[in-house]
Amino acid sequence: MQIKPILAALRRHRLATLLIAVEIALACAVLCNACFLVARRWTMIEINSGVDESSLAVLTVNGFEPSQAADVNARMLAGLQAIPGMQSATLISEVPFGPQTGAAGISHDAESFKNLIGVVDFVLAGPGTYKALGLKLIEGRLPQPDDYRPATSFAPEDAQVLVTRALAEHAWPGESPLGKDFWCDKMHFRVMGVVDHFARAQPSQYNMQQGEWTVFTPVVPGGSLAGTYLLRARPQDVQRALQAARAAVPKIAPDVVLDQDNSKTLGDLRASYFKTDRIMIGLLLGVVVLMLGVTALGIVGLTSFWVAQRRKQIGIRRAIGATRGDILRYFQTENFLIVTFGIALGMLLAFVLNAVLMKFYELPHLPLYYLPLGALALWGLGQLAVLGPALRAAAVPPVVATRSV
Amino acid sequence: MFGYYLDLALRSLKRNRVLTALMVLAIAVGIGACMTTLTVVHLLSGDPLPGKSSVLFFPQVDPENPIMEGVTEPRPAMDYRSAMDLWSAHRADRQAIITSSPVKVRLPNSGQPPLMPSMLSTSADFFPMFDVPFQYGSGWSADDDTHHARVAVISADLNQKLFGGANSVGRILRVRDADMRIVGVLKPWRPTPLFYDPWNQNFSKSEDVFAPFTSSLEINKGNFQAYTCWHVPPSMGDLQNADCMWVWLWVELDSPAKVRDYARFVNDYANTQKSLGRFAVGSEHARLRDLMTWLTYRGQVPGDVRLQAWLASAFLVICLFNAVGLLLAKFLRRSGEIGVRRALGASRGAIFAQCLVEAGLIGLLGGFFGWLLTLIGLWLVRQQPVDYAHLAHLDTAMFLVTFVLAVGTSLLAGLVPALRASRVVPGWQLKAL
Repeated sequence: MQIKPILAALRRHRLATLLIAVEIALACAVLCNACFLVARRWTMIEINSGVDESSLAVLTVNGFEPSQAADVNARMLAGLQAIPGMQSATLISEVPFGPQTGAAGISHDAESFKNLIGVVDFVLAGPGTYKALGLKLIEGRLPQPDDYRPATSFAPEDAQVLVTRALAEHAWPGESPLGKDFWCDKMHFRVMGVVDHFARAQPSQYNMQQGEWTVFTPVVPGGSLAGTYLLRARPQDVQRALQAARAAVPKIAPDVVLDQDNSKTLGDLRASYFKTDRIMIGLLLGVVVLMLGVTALGIVGLTSFWVAQRRKQIGIRRAIGATRGDILRYFQTENFLIVTFGIALGMLLAFVLNAVLMKFYELPHLPLYYLPLGALALWGLGQLAVLGPALRAAAVPPVVATRSV
Repeated sequence: MFGYYLDLALRSLKRNRVLTALMVLAIAVGIGACMTTLTVVHLLSGDPLPGKSSVLFFPQVDPENPIMEGVTEPRPAMDYRSAMDLWSAHRADRQAIITSSPVKVRLPNSGQPPLMPSMLSTSADFFPMFDVPFQYGSGWSADDDTHHARVAVISADLNQKLFGGANSVGRILRVRDADMRIVGVLKPWRPTPLFYDPWNQNFSKSEDVFAPFTSSLEINKGNFQAYTCWHVPPSMGDLQNADCMWVWLWVELDSPAKVRDYARFVNDYANTQKSLGRFAVGSEHARLRDLMTWLTYRGQVPGDVRLQAWLASAFLVICLFNAVGLLLAKFLRRSGEIGVRRALGASRGAIFAQCLVEAGLIGLLGGFFGWLLTLIGLWLVRQQPVDYAHLAHLDTAMFLVTFVLAVGTSLLAGLVPALRASRVVPGWQLKAL
């Protein structure tokens, strides 16, 4: 296939060529960036909470005095455990995708935040909660009965804790985290073990790496560990057990207020937490599809016009020996050249758009592999769009050459 | 002449219905997507108190000590002492000290289960300052503030729940363990955004119970939540003596001179506290922003909404380029016809005008369908589980913008093709015929 005559022909249609190329370039830039955004949201939605979501539910009550905490806990735990199908009911301060209760900055030094590690979630957990959550210990040891400390603030004054692998790798890169100390103001913590995954309460408010900066803190029930209960049942029973638990609250503790919004299964919490992200993914993909459709439409329109305009020339070429395939390939190659030009422009634009987005949103650079993928998609789209008009061109009979119009 | 061009344009559009439909559709979809998102942005960045917002100010100082590295702006709240110092100086025309907390509420001697709404603790000026509308009764007085009076104002929503919407002024409400007399019931009031609350969700509901700051500190002691603390408080919830930020202030200043004076007062306060060693930074971190400046600084339009608007605009630009290409094809296909008209004496300007009328007509049609798509788009936004969903309605301004944008876009798109069409050389075309 000779490219020179095609280029010569395109030079005579500079405006139209440029229009298609610019449209392709814009589509390429938006396509790459939109797909990048979709992929990032998708990774966030798929975050591994590290807990057995399908068997867990949470129940929250409030409206009791701190002095009543121990009494409310005792009555609630006994009442909840008595519900048929309930495997366990234990105390926890926050669960993944529920409200955040204890975020604080931690540091390598006591009484100073100069050597800051970051802002982490302290999850206070009573006896039995580790087992109920289904966390996976990868290093160190589990909390023993005397590791549970009383807490009146968001964490105990001094405690041995479990941290997630993500937090350990951030705080002590390349070192074993076991036995390491960290502080929050005067509060002191020592790492006794590392769990594989454990998402914090509101992971998407932090960036991708920080979504699992969680500290599992064993705490004696009472004080600040009261009112939020982790329920565990078999996956098929969990919804029923939760309903029974919600209904039982007025009987177990008549004076407390059931927090309707925060008494749900973990599956439901997760679904509602990521609902807006799902909608956003749908919107982004919808726009991408519409945009590609409009671009294809533009190609079809302009190529049809060209075919109509060149009917006579096509006839002449056919009359002097060009096959249908030659004509078909002519238009396909022409489209390929224009799209390639557009893609080259589009890659530059994609990076510009990425830079703009990075200014307004917490986003990393666009990974390079999005560019060849975007290019492939647009080449494919171009070839598909041009096929109809090109086939029509190939169908032009040679006899056209002998007519005056 | 215009009528004749319109007739020609209609004929031309009818000649190739499929192409016309595709062009109108492309513009309609672009306009629909763009206008849906722009309407949401427009509504979310609106002025919650038109006419009043320019005299309302949000004073800020930075009590954090030592200050965190890299922090260049004060946080949206202050510690109790700083807020109390600024408030009790009474340097503004009106001033409200504010914080909010969840509280247990019930009717004494009723079988109804207790509720857990949030309570806004503030001072008497809050209601006149923010033009809060009352259904029954009124707010409390400055005297009530000083005497720690057990009075409360409740929302229309809570009044509906507890009293079935009846006039409940004078009734007693048990707030935690205290009996408070209801002095006022609000009309349904949902400021959007919730401008007076500097740190909660922008478009959430306002509080259900309003009580004097002084008395509610006693009543709900232990249940207040801090925005952040720079030292761990001795006990959770007891924040009056803690190094925590949880109270903020709004002031009304009626003249530019007063604004200058008050800004100086806030700066002086911060500097004095710094020289006393209580603050780490003085007037460098003192701010006095008016309401709209504060809302803009705070970024009231959610990131996702802005992203949608960007995306829709990019989409409209692609639709625009598409329209340019299709119009070019459409006009040049009629080169022969244009040649005849030129040969019969039509000027280039006349051809240009004729082409633009056709482009404008396509824009008008696109605008009409775009308007329908915008209505559908906004309906979809209202179905979303977001707290601003109820706001998504098309107002008159945005309705007009839809058509201006549609016709403007298509005229812009028609410009280059029309120019090309008007340059058609009549001689060549006539020869070809």
